[in-house]
Amino acid sequence: MTQPRMGLIINPVAGIGGRVGLKGSDGAEIQKKALALGAVPQAQSRAIEALERLKAVDGLTILTCPGEMGEDAARTCSFEPEIVGSIRPGQTTAQDTQDAASEMQRRGVDLLLFAGGDGTARDIYTAVGTGLPVLGIPAGVKIHSAAYATHPRSAGQLAALYLQGQVSGLREVEVMDIDEEAFRQNVLSVRLYGYLKIPFRSNLVQSQKMPSSGEASALAAIAEDIVTKMEDGTLYIIGPGTTTRAITDELGLDKTLLGVDVVLNGELIARDASESQLLALLDWHGADKARIVVTPIGGQGYLFGRGNQQISPRVIERVGRDRIVPVSTPDKLYALGSQPLLVDTGSRAVDEMLSGYLTVVTGYNERAVRKVVC
Amino acid sequence: MSDDISRNRFTDGKLNLRRFHQARWDEPILFELSQPGQRGILVPEVEAGVREVAGEQEQAQPWSILPDKMRRPEPPALPELAQPQVLRHYVRLSQENLGADLNVDVGQGTCTMKYSPKVNEQLARSPKMADLHPLQDEATVQGILEVMFRFEQVLKEISGLDRFSLQPGAGSAAIYTNAAVIRSYHESRGEAAQRDEIITTIFSHPSNAACARTAGFKVITLYPDEDGYPDLEALKAAVSKRTAGLMITNPEDTGIYNPRIAEFVQVVHEAGGLCAYDQANANGILGITRAREAGFDLCHFNLHKTFSTPHGCGGPGAGVVGATADLARFLPVPLVGYDGERYTLDWERPESIGKIGPFYGNAAVVLRAYAWVMSLGADGLREVAEIAVLNNNYLLHRMRQIPGVSAPYAKGKRRIEQVRYSWQGLAEETGVHSEEIGLRAADFGVHYWTSHHPFVVPEPCTLEPTESYSKQELDEYAGIMAHVAQEARSDPETVKGAPHNSTIHTIDHAPLDDPARWAVTWRAYLRKVRDA
Amino acid sequence: MNRDKPAVYPYIPNSVPSIKEEMLEQVRAASVDEFYADIPEELRLWAKLDLPPPMLSEYALKRHVEGLLAKNTTAGEALSFLGAGCYQHHVPAVCDEVNQRGEFLTAYAGEPYDDHGRFQALFEYCSMMGELVNMDVVNVPTYDGFQAAATSLRMASRITGRRQALICGTIGPRKLSKIRDYVKPVMDIELVGYHRQTGQLDLDTLQSAISSETAAVYFENPSYLGFVETEGDRIAQMAHDHGALCVVAVDPISLGILAPPPDYGADIVCGDVQSLGIHMQYGGGHGGFIATRDEERFVMEYPSRLFGIAPTSVPGEYGFGDVAYERTSFAVREEGKEWVGTAAALWGITAGVYLALLGPQGMVELGEGIMARTRYAMAQLDRIKGVAAPAFHTPHFREFVVRFDGTGRTVAEINAALLERGIFGGKNLSAEFPELGQSALYCVTEVHTQADIDRLAAALREVVQR
Repeated sequence: MTQPRMGLIINPVAGIGGRVGLKGSDGAEIQKKALALGAVPQAQSRAIEALERLKAVDGLTILTCPGEMGEDAARTCSFEPEIVGSIRPGQTTAQDTQDAASEMQRRGVDLLLFAGGDGTARDIYTAVGTGLPVLGIPAGVKIHSAAYATHPRSAGQLAALYLQGQVSGLREVEVMDIDEEAFRQNVLSVRLYGYLKIPFRSNLVQSQKMPSSGEASALAAIAEDIVTKMEDGTLYIIGPGTTTRAITDELGLDKTLLGVDVVLNGELIARDASESQLLALLDWHGADKARIVVTPIGGQGYLFGRGNQQISPRVIERVGRDRIVPVSTPDKLYALGSQPLLVDTGSRAVDEMLSGYLTVVTGYNERAVRKVVC
Repeated sequence: MSDDISRNRFTDGKLNLRRFHQARWDEPILFELSQPGQRGILVPEVEAGVREVAGEQEQAQPWSILPDKMRRPEPPALPELAQPQVLRHYVRLSQENLGADLNVDVGQGTCTMKYSPKVNEQLARSPKMADLHPLQDEATVQGILEVMFRFEQVLKEISGLDRFSLQPGAGSAAIYTNAAVIRSYHESRGEAAQRDEIITTIFSHPSNAACARTAGFKVITLYPDEDGYPDLEALKAAVSKRTAGLMITNPEDTGIYNPRIAEFVQVVHEAGGLCAYDQANANGILGITRAREAGFDLCHFNLHKTFSTPHGCGGPGAGVVGATADLARFLPVPLVGYDGERYTLDWERPESIGKIGPFYGNAAVVLRAYAWVMSLGADGLREVAEIAVLNNNYLLHRMRQIPGVSAPYAKGKRRIEQVRYSWQGLAEETGVHSEEIGLRAADFGVHYWTSHHPFVVPEPCTLEPTESYSKQELDEYAGIMAHVAQEARSDPETVKGAPHNSTIHTIDHAPLDDPARWAVTWRAYLRKVRDA
Repeated sequence: MNRDKPAVYPYIPNSVPSIKEEMLEQVRAASVDEFYADIPEELRLWAKLDLPPPMLSEYALKRHVEGLLAKNTTAGEALSFLGAGCYQHHVPAVCDEVNQRGEFLTAYAGEPYDDHGRFQALFEYCSMMGELVNMDVVNVPTYDGFQAAATSLRMASRITGRRQALICGTIGPRKLSKIRDYVKPVMDIELVGYHRQTGQLDLDTLQSAISSETAAVYFENPSYLGFVETEGDRIAQMAHDHGALCVVAVDPISLGILAPPPDYGADIVCGDVQSLGIHMQYGGGHGGFIATRDEERFVMEYPSRLFGIAPTSVPGEYGFGDVAYERTSFAVREEGKEWVGTAAALWGITAGVYLALLGPQGMVELGEGIMARTRYAMAQLDRIKGVAAPAFHTPHFREFVVRFDGTGRTVAEINAALLERGIFGGKNLSAEFPELGQSALYCVTEVHTQADIDRLAAALREVVQR
C-alpha cells in the first residue's frame, strides 16, 4: 500500500461506565448517569495512544468523523484527516457509527480502526460485515469481542504494520451480542451476532524455532478431514462458525452465516433450520443416521448455547453424545488455554450428559481431547 | 569519579546493567567481497605420471570419457577470495553471534544451554576421533566402539531401560525412531491397521505430534487440566483399541512434573498401547527418577541438551533412543555389542526398523557426552539435577518479584528445571508484548525465548537456568528482566523499538512471505530484487 | 578426594555449599528435596546410580578418554581407500578454525538480531550451494544425505499428489533401508534395474514401470557405485512425460566438473555435504541438503527452515528471517510437512567456508584431479591378474567397483591381508550386490598420491598372487 487510507471511528462514550462501577455504556440513560457520577470518557485518550503509533506510516490518509468521533483525536496527533458526515456533539449514537462506517467503506479505506466496546463492534459489523478489514482499540469495560487488540498501543502497532504491508494475514472473529441489561443484573446472556475480519499476525516478531501452518490451512485441514469421512445417507447438522463454514465451502455449498444448516449426501437440504425443522428431519431420516458438527463460539468456548440454540436439548438427545463432532482450529483451542469448553443448552440434564470429555477435530487425522463442563 | 573500579561496576554487590553492544560489522555477503582470480586454498596437484596414465586411459577407453552433457559447462559462480579474507569474514560473523559461551543463556528455555566443557571439545577433535572412517575393520576402531558401548551402559543405568541406539541425529529424529518402533511393534502383532492413533499432550514438545504424524499415525492431543497438569481423565477418554501409544514429555515444557505419570502409562498399557518418554527435559531429574519405574517402554535423550554437547547453531547433536528388552529388536541397526573380548557392530537384527542415519550416529557427540558423564559420576549427575532445579526455583523467586509477570499453573508448587512465565499482566497494562521484551533483552547481551507457536500460555516466556550459571549470573538475568519491565511502564517506546544495541535494526518481514520477493539464496536475491 | 567434604564441581558454580544454602534460604526451602515433592515416592530413586567412579580432575578425564581413543587406528595413520558414503578429503584448517569458535559452536536458536552471524553464515552456505547445484532454493541442513533423499521423495509425493517412487537399482542398501522406513506411510517403492555392463539405469525397465501414479524417479550421480549416470537427461524427460518429478542425489564436491542436475532436467537435488570440509568422525559428520527451483509449490513443501534476506528499518541494512513462515499449502492428503529440529547447522556453515576457500577454480581443479586419480587407480588395478576394474564401462568419479572373482579369493580375505599391510581396502560389496560377485568399492580422492595408489596396487598384486 503506497498511499494507505485508514478510517477512524471513536465511540466517545464507550467505557464511560467502567470507572464509576457501571457495566456497559449503552443507552442515553446510562451515559447520563455515568457523567453525573463524574465519569471521564476514556475513548479519546485511548484512541490517541493508538494513533501515536500510526505516525510512522508514510503517506497515510485518515478518514474520520467530526469532533469527538475522531477528528479531535486525529488532529491532536498532527494528522489532517478527511472528514466524513456530521454529528451532534455530546449526542452521538450507534447510528452515527454505522453511517460513518458505511461511508468510509464506500469511499474506500484499507483498514477501519475503531475505538469502543462490544456495542461498537456490533455497530461496525452491522454496517460493513466482513467487507473490509477492521480493528478495535479497546476503550470499553471488559470487552468480549475478539475484534479488539489487547491494548491501545498494540492496536496502533498492528494497524501500522498492516498498512505498511507487513501483515498479510486476515482472520474472521466472532461478534457477540450481549444483552447489556441482563449483564447489569449479572446475567451473561450472549449470542453470536456476526463476524468481523481483522489483521492477524501470530507473532509480532519472529521468535520461533520452526515453521507453522496458518489459519487458512488449518481450516482446510479440518474440512478435508470431515468431508473425506462423510457417509452417504447421514444427516450432518452444521452449526454456525468460520470453522464449520470451511466444511461447507469445501463441499461447494453456500452456508448461512449465523444459522444452522443441514447437509445430506453433499447437498444443502436445509438452511437456517429451526429446532422443529431439525426434529422433523431427524424423524424422517432417522436420528441414528445423523451427526451434529459444531465449533466453540465466543471467547469463552461455548460448544452449545451461544449462537446455535436451534440445536436444542431435544435435538441433542435425539442424535446422542457419541455422534456429536466438535471441530476447532488449534489456534482457537490454544486461546482457551486450559479452560474447559462450556455447554448451556437450557436443559440441566442434557448439559450434564454432554459434560465430561469430547474429542475435537483439529486437523486432518488430528484430534484434541477437551474437558466439557456446564 | 571514584578510583575504585569495582564501585563503578557493582552496586550493593550486584553487577550493574552492562552497556552491551553487539558487534556491528556491516559485513557484506561473501559474493560481494569476491575479487576475480583470488584463491583461498590450492588443491594437491596431480602428478605427471598420473596424468599420463589417465590420458592413455581416455584414449583406450572412450566409454570412460565424461560426455559433454554431463560436464559442467562453466565453473560454478562461487565467490573468489584469498584465505585471510575468508577467515576475517567468518570471524566477524562469529562476533555477531551470541553463543552460550558468551552470555547468560538461561533465556533459551527447553534448550538446556549448559556449559560445553572445552576438554571434551579437544578430545572430540583429536585425530583419533576425527579421522575414523565408519567402514573401517572393527579391529581398528575398538576405542570408539568401546566409548559407544560404555556410554550405552551409562544410559541404561540413568533410564533403567535395557538397550540403546545412538543412531538418531538429534531429538526429533529420536522421537521419530520411537514412533517407528511403535509402528513395527504393532505390525509384528498384526495390529498395525487397527492401532493408528498416538496420544500426546499440548505441553510436550511439538515434535511428538509431528514425528508421530510423519510415521503415519493420527494424533490425539490432550489438553491439561486447569492447574496445568496433564489430564488423566482426558487420557482415559482418548484411549481405545485404536491406541498405538503415548508419546509424552515429563516434566513438560512448563517445568511441571506430572505426578500421575505411572497411571498414564498404565492406562495406555491396558488399552494395548506402548509408552515413549521424551526426556528432552531430563536435566532436573537425573538420578532422581527414571523411565523404568514409571513403566515406559521407550525413551530418548538429547545429548546436546542434558549431556552438555554443544548446540552448534542448530546441530550436530544426538538423540539416543532406549528400549526395554522386548522392544530392543526393533531398534535401528547396527547396535554395539561386546563379546567379552572385542567390541562389535551387531548387524544381525532382522526385526529392526532399519536405518535412521547413514552410519551409527554422531560418534564425536557421543564421545563428548561420555566424557561429561565420566567427569561427574553418579554424585555429580545428582548435583547437576539438584542445582539445575535450585537455580530454576531461585530464578522463579526473583522473577515473581517483578510486577506484571506470573508463573501460571501449579499454584503453590515448585517447578523442576524450567518455568513458562506469562507477561499477560504487563501486556494488558502497557501494551508491551513478550516478544518485545525478548528483543530488548538482546540489548543487554542475553537471549530470550517465548514458547513454541502458537501460544497456549499468553505472552509466554520460558526460562531454563541449568546448573551452569552462577548465582550472580541468575541475578543479572533477573535484573535485566526487571529493568525491561520497568521500561515498559516508564518508556515503552524504547522497549517496542528494540533492539537498539544489536547488529541490525528491525527486520521488514513482508518480503519473506511474498513469493515474488522472497530470496533464499543470493542469486535469487539478485534476480528478484536487486536486478528486477 | 576428601569424602566428608561435599564435592564442588567446576561446571556447577552453585555447588559450593555456602552458595547453595544462601539460595535455599532465599527461596524458603529447607533442602533441594522439596522441589521434587511432586514426584511420587514409588518413582523416586533412593539408591545412587550405579555408574563408574568419576574422573574429577581434567587431567584424569583426559588421560582416560585418550587411553580409549588410542585403541583406534585412523584412516590417516593407515592408507585408506574406503568411501561408500563417507569420504576422506582434505579438511582446510580454516574450516576447523571457524567451527570451533565458541560464538558459533555454542549458539542455538536466537533471533536474527542477536544471532545475525549464524543467519548470514547459513544464508551464504545456501547461496553457494545454490550456485553449485544451479538452484535458487536450498534448505538449512537436515541430518544427512539419507534424510535429504527420503524427505525429497516425500516432498515429491506431496507436490504431485502421487504415491509411487521409482528408485535406481544401484542405490546402497543402507540408504534404501532408511528410505523404505521413512516413506512407508505415504509411498510405495519400486526399484528399477540397471545394465550389467554399464551400471546405467535401464531405461526400458523405467518405461514399463513409470505411470501416472509415479511421484518421483530417483537416481544418484555419481552412483553409490561410483559411476556417472550419463543418461540423466533421458531419465528426467521420461519422468516429466508422465507428470512425475526427477530427484537426483549428488555429492556437491563433484559439481566443479559434473553437470548440475537441473541442467539435465532434475526438479529436486539432494545430497550430503560431509565431503565439504568436515572430518569423517566415524560417520558422524554428515549434513543433508535439498534444493529446488524457486516456485511456491516447491517452497511450501520444505519441512526445514528456509532463511531469506530482507531489508531492515535502516536503508541499506539487511537482515534475515524465515521465508514462508506459515506454510499455508495443503496437499490433498495432508500428512504434515514432517518436522524440523536440531540437525546439522554447524556443518552447513563449515561447508560454506569450504566452498568459499576453494572458489570456482578450486572446485574445477579438485574435480578434475579426482577424476584423473580415479582413472589412474582403475588402470593400475585392472593390470593385476584376476582383478577387473572398473566393473562398469562408464565414466567414474572418485569411486569404482573392483571385481576379484578372477583371483579365486574373497574380498574379506583380501581386505584382511591388506589390513596387515596397513591398508584399508575398498568396501566389500559382495553381500550388498551379489550379482557383482566378489567385489569391492574403492575410493580415491585428492588425498591419495601416485605413490599411495602404487602401494595399493603392489599390495593387492602380492595378496592375490600368493
